[in-house]
Amino acid sequence: MRLRKSIFQGVDWFIVLMYLALVILGWLNIYAANYDDEKEGVISFSRENGKQLIFIGTALFLALVILILDPNFFSAFAYGIYGIVLILLVAVYFGGTEIKGSKSWFRFGEFGFQPAEFAKFATALALAKYLSGMNIRLQRLKTKIISLIIILVPFLVILKQNETGTALVYSAFAFVLYREGLSGNILLIGFFIALLAIFALLFDEWILVGILGGVALMIFLFMKKRWGNFLKILAGFLVCSGIVFGVDFAFNKLHDYQKKRVNVWLGKERDSKSKKDEYYNVHQSLVAIGSGGATGKGFLQGTQTKFKYVPEQSTDFIFCTIGEEWGFLGSATFLLIYLGLILRIFWVAEKQRSIFSRIFGYGVASILFMHLTVNVGMTLGLAPVIGIPLPFISYGGSSLWGFTIMLFIFVKLDSHRLEIFR
Amino acid sequence: MSSSNAYSDRKIVLALIVIAVVLVFIIRLFYIQIINDEYKVTATNQAFRYVPVYPARGNVFDRNGKRLVFNQSAFDLMVIPNQIKELDTLQFCSVTGISRETFLKKMEKAYKEGKRRASVFEKELSVESAARIQEKLYMFPGFYFQERTLRKYPMSIAAHILGYVGEVSPEIVDTSRYYRMGDYIGISGIEKSYEKYLRGIRGTKIIMVDVHNREKGSFMDGALDTAAVAGQDLYTTLDLDLQLYAEDLLKNKTGSIVAIEPATGEILVLATSPSYDPNLLVGSLRAQNYPVLEKDSTKPLYNRATMASYPPGSTFKILGALIGQQEGVIKPETRYPCSFTVGPKSIHCHPHPSPADLSQSIQYSCNPYYCRLFINTINKFRKTEEGYLNWKSHVNSFGFGVKLGSDIPHELRGNIPSVQYYDRYHGKGRWKAASVYSLGIGQGEIGITPLQMANYSAIIANRGYYYIPHIGKKIEGGEIDSRFKERKYTTIDSVYFNVVVDAMYQVVEAGTGRGGKLSGIPYCGKTGTAQNPHGKDHSIYISFAPKDNPKIALAVYIENGGFGAEWAVPISSLIIEKYIAGKITRPDMEKRMLEGVVLPPKKIK
Repeated sequence: MRLRKSIFQGVDWFIVLMYLALVILGWLNIYAANYDDEKEGVISFSRENGKQLIFIGTALFLALVILILDPNFFSAFAYGIYGIVLILLVAVYFGGTEIKGSKSWFRFGEFGFQPAEFAKFATALALAKYLSGMNIRLQRLKTKIISLIIILVPFLVILKQNETGTALVYSAFAFVLYREGLSGNILLIGFFIALLAIFALLFDEWILVGILGGVALMIFLFMKKRWGNFLKILAGFLVCSGIVFGVDFAFNKLHDYQKKRVNVWLGKERDSKSKKDEYYNVHQSLVAIGSGGATGKGFLQGTQTKFKYVPEQSTDFIFCTIGEEWGFLGSATFLLIYLGLILRIFWVAEKQRSIFSRIFGYGVASILFMHLTVNVGMTLGLAPVIGIPLPFISYGGSSLWGFTIMLFIFVKLDSHRLEIFR
Repeated sequence: MSSSNAYSDRKIVLALIVIAVVLVFIIRLFYIQIINDEYKVTATNQAFRYVPVYPARGNVFDRNGKRLVFNQSAFDLMVIPNQIKELDTLQFCSVTGISRETFLKKMEKAYKEGKRRASVFEKELSVESAARIQEKLYMFPGFYFQERTLRKYPMSIAAHILGYVGEVSPEIVDTSRYYRMGDYIGISGIEKSYEKYLRGIRGTKIIMVDVHNREKGSFMDGALDTAAVAGQDLYTTLDLDLQLYAEDLLKNKTGSIVAIEPATGEILVLATSPSYDPNLLVGSLRAQNYPVLEKDSTKPLYNRATMASYPPGSTFKILGALIGQQEGVIKPETRYPCSFTVGPKSIHCHPHPSPADLSQSIQYSCNPYYCRLFINTINKFRKTEEGYLNWKSHVNSFGFGVKLGSDIPHELRGNIPSVQYYDRYHGKGRWKAASVYSLGIGQGEIGITPLQMANYSAIIANRGYYYIPHIGKKIEGGEIDSRFKERKYTTIDSVYFNVVVDAMYQVVEAGTGRGGKLSGIPYCGKTGTAQNPHGKDHSIYISFAPKDNPKIALAVYIENGGFGAEWAVPISSLIIEKYIAGKITRPDMEKRMLEGVVLPPKKIK
């Protein structure tokens, strides 16, 4: 190993600058969302604008610590970190504080700590560690099953904590597996099932099964009349019908508020304008963003967010503040910065000589992408209301720390890219 | 290189997916932020409250700058129903001094108008009662005061000319670009005709409200607020003192007095009786007083001066004499005998030297003279119809049978019968001048309003022209309509006026108007008696003074006043004296006129 001149040697400054830009943007918008004309813009450590400053400071400290650590630390302790996080996840389920219906928080006075936010990078580390092992080939069923277990264990625990949104992010690992050789058909099938599920929720299941039967019959008529084909088509039809009924069955198992969110998203419910209604949130979010117009109302001038028309403005609906105060130009620029960050991570990951680093990099990019899609999609009325933060932007210490650690582990691994010879 | 790098092309698929999603988001943003306006409207509706700032209406003054109408502050108690929190009804009722039932009724009405909307809870509270309630208002969130201005009439005169204001009707709100519900608008009188100057311009304050409907201050520190612009002051042509005097003289009588400055067409006095106190129709009082006034059998709301039409009687002879001369039918020397017979009917006259020349005919008001003159004027033409139309066009040029176009709303045109009317009545071509001769002495189907009659007097005073009578003299920062500055010529040449003006002077000096003779003020007049089929005849007198360079032209009508000399002549002379001399030299007559009672005949039920 060569002697390093500084801990910043080899650091990808593009990623770091993007990160800093997003964190600063995030803080400005949290400041704006909490802005009160009467209190002016006082920054206080008992308010979100002050607390987030503490979180940013500590996050930067964590980033420095990661850059100081030995790059092999993460590969070596990947399973260890994964194990500790799993223990924390289980512990919080039994010993944590319940906040807004989810048991995922440890509370320390003013501050809370949410292990689920750290489980994401831990899972990415563990998956990277496993898949970069000697003689591991994703084509093998055993590999697939073990990979799935690594992903599913934290997923199920988080689901049990009632953090549906965070759990959903684990689907991001499908991208990682795809990059590492998982058949594209599996992604397609997943996409098809999702589409079928949406149809199952939109239409009566029997009508849908009837249509599926018709389609099966048509396909059979155009194929060679062989027993084999008949059986294949029959099997496909039965599986699809099973999915349709399964989705309806699963949907009925959801909480009422979740059902309502899905219905609102699908456009089945949007008459009520009561403040307790799920539609109200989406509607207010659209009103805030839509009223921003081309250039926005200006910093601290957003009436919809400042006057609390939008719920959860500094956490899940922070994008509304960006949309309202910075308009189309600002929010499109913001999305392009995000896009730039994600694509940069893909590109940097692809350059890695170490498989571990590459897989972890893809994990980082996919998780960020999933968060962006669900969070911004929700505020734009394109995705159902699922409470997950917008990484680096939303208010919250655990999420900022979690994402910072995740990103900087990758930055650290990448900075040693050239020292690895294979 | 790792073996699994065989799949390195898949990075492109993943990158494309990410790009596609971001692209979809940007398109969606473009749609909701730039193309679709619905969200901007919703945002404005929920976060902004547009609070109207009502302007003070312009003041109204008389020709000498004395106040006729001004404003006083009043406060509307407003309520926004969904902002009410834990209201102690009992306490609220005791503070505002209303009963529980009234409270519930008003709240129900407010809820009907909209839970989030501000609506008027209690209208037009005086400054004192508003101040009393204001002290306790902090206990009742959802209620607040809004300042309005109400009209105040210090002298309680000229009710019909000044008119009244009221809240704008929904029909006007629908068709107008300016008015909104809750605005005040002039409904009658000059409040209506000068509405656009008097009203001012309503301002708007944009208040931001949060999701709990709490006010969050002015939007952009009030940069987009518009201040209310106070209405423009209107100076009228009225002479407050003279108007007051005229109204006093009309007390206990039915009729009207109209006085015009001939040189300008400015209306000095426009009094009608019975009248009412204009303060009765201010603000919410109007709702309770208007029906009472409307049902009153003496019709106090009826503006006799511009709407009632009477046959002009002998005052019309002046016009006959002018037309006769213009048409060359008579000369000042022409004499007609004082007897006239049409078929079985013969027209009577009072004793006077006969045959009379033109001047004497006016001085003694000879009926046969004018019947004969009228017939000769019509028969100058071969066809009766042609002759009548010619006569009628002369009459119309004096403003009779047409609207004068003054700035008083509700001005009527009176009536000069059309050819078609007589065709219908007698049959086409089957009527002659002799059939309608009574027009010559101002009887029959003619109807003339007091305003038209006063204008007629002004025309004679001017020897042949007039300005449209009007009330508006000067608008602060505005212009009076140019039509009031335009001289209107009659069809009669001014030379023909000399003889009638001299004769009218003789009327005052030694004729039917001699009871109103004033020493030191030579003036002209002509009495008239409008036949009244329902009772005692109406007394009419037109006059102008002084004879040369007249300053005032008058028409006085006293219903059921009998001969002109009885009431109309003395009243006219008092007004002339008051206006020209500034003091009354005949206190006995003044007392008699002020205290005199002329009642309409009792109606037989």
